[in-house]
Amino acid sequence: MSARRTRWLPAALLACLLLGAWELYVEINGVEEAVLPAPHAVATALWRSRSLIWHNFTVTAEEVVLGLGLALAGGLALAVAVHLLPLARRAVYPLLVGSQAVPVPVIGVVLVFWWGFGLLPKLLVIALICFFPVVVTTVDGLAAVDPEQPKLLRTLDASRWQAFRFAELPAALPAALSGARIALAVGVIGAFIAETTTPTTGAYPGLGREILSDVNFQTSRAYAGTVVLFAFAIACFYALATVERRLAPWNVRDRRGRT
Amino acid sequence: MAPRKHRPGADPLNLWGNAREGSKVPTELQPRATPPSAPAGGAAQHRPLEIRVDQVSRIYPARPSSARKGDGSPVPALAGVSLQASHGEIVAVVGPSGCGKSTLLELVCGLQQPDGGTLRCAPAVLMPQRDLLLPWLSALDNAGLALRIAGAPRALARRRAATLFAELGLDGFQDAHPSELSGGMRQRVAFLRTLLAGKPVLCLDEPFGALDAITRAEMQEWLQRTLAGAPRTVLLVTHDVEEAALLADRVVVLSPRPGRVLAQLDVDLPRPRRRTESELIGLRERALSALAAGGRA
Repeated sequence: MSARRTRWLPAALLACLLLGAWELYVEINGVEEAVLPAPHAVATALWRSRSLIWHNFTVTAEEVVLGLGLALAGGLALAVAVHLLPLARRAVYPLLVGSQAVPVPVIGVVLVFWWGFGLLPKLLVIALICFFPVVVTTVDGLAAVDPEQPKLLRTLDASRWQAFRFAELPAALPAALSGARIALAVGVIGAFIAETTTPTTGAYPGLGREILSDVNFQTSRAYAGTVVLFAFAIACFYALATVERRLAPWNVRDRRGRT
Repeated sequence: MAPRKHRPGADPLNLWGNAREGSKVPTELQPRATPPSAPAGGAAQHRPLEIRVDQVSRIYPARPSSARKGDGSPVPALAGVSLQASHGEIVAVVGPSGCGKSTLLELVCGLQQPDGGTLRCAPAVLMPQRDLLLPWLSALDNAGLALRIAGAPRALARRRAATLFAELGLDGFQDAHPSELSGGMRQRVAFLRTLLAGKPVLCLDEPFGALDAITRAEMQEWLQRTLAGAPRTVLLVTHDVEEAALLADRVVVLSPRPGRVLAQLDVDLPRPRRRTESELIGLRERALSALAAGGRA
């Protein structure tokens, strides 16, 4: 237990140090709150607006989780297709790379035209922003199987599907999870982009839109919302690391052996 | 053993190569009672032939990448190699690096097709030089992999593998993962996986080549005992002449690339053999001098 606590200590100390420096900087230079609110002002805003921020946060969290799920499912499916069908690789891969250059507002309009003001267009925007690392890492992971392994499996009479299921898929799992971690890091900002580029009709527009509308006149509250997104990204990242220990324990074991 | 499933049309795009066709043909040869050409005499000849390699050649096509070096010609790996193995025989193939030993094994396993000559083999399973255990499976699950592939449920595959674990000196490591096993143990698990494939022919590609000298000697003794207890037809590829003389009924000496048969030496020594026996040392010398003569030619 104490070992667990000390593992967090460096991060906590560094955070305190940075917050202290920030507070001092604002204090000494007399920076206006509209430009850069001091940490204590952000904390106050967070407490005062806790209900508003919480409700907006639940909207955003739902978008992030579902959007990431969509990105993972789509990314894995694409990776498997690209791996198994060389034709698909040649046909689809350039489009996947190009898709990462598309400015979201350009397609936001047509997504809303097709699916309205609901959740789906936002999820699609998040998925579009997040799926790419999943595809790239998973494709590499699937291809990283020892080239002798298929020979062995063939003499054991494995079908193509069995070789995939027994060797390639588990071998690619750690890489896919790494891709998921990158996707997750981008996913939160993806939700911000999704919320600010597609209109909404819900009671709460989500934390991203809230932050954007606060940034000029309620700067402390915009920062308070940002702190929540910040913490959410960290929590998701470590939650995924726990999932990885469950799903690919051999990978964690090997990594520990190496260092 | 479970019947081999052939899945027609399972791979319409032929991503899995055409090796399945290769392994389909020998299956029909398997139940044959008498060898097609059984000369009288010799105890081994009364048993059915399970490997029959007749004047087999294999030429690798020129690689486009080597063309820039002005060497775009095809690479011959094997040139008219013939060898036979009857049921229960252990045949060792020795030769210098790059003489096409591994190519020969892949031909016998049906992973490649010969460019010349004929090749008739009972179904064979490959044990590669590196153990290629799957790191996410326990030792028991790795050993039972072939059974899982043949369609057995996991519990049954584990039970079948478990019955042999103590015999192979692996007791207590059933649920250890490959990263927790020593090199010798990993190789034993890989051998068990090969045995449990239930195929009549085992193709061992330098099975102990990656081990240190002491472990290798232990594993050779161990393999000698194991094969004495459960005879199989074995094609053992090695560059270790001593290993060949210790384990094999016959030693086939191959020349440098392209591989040709330089000598076939029968090892009529009782088992268990010791590497210090004078007959064994004499045989080793004969194999080595055949190798040396081939190298000069």
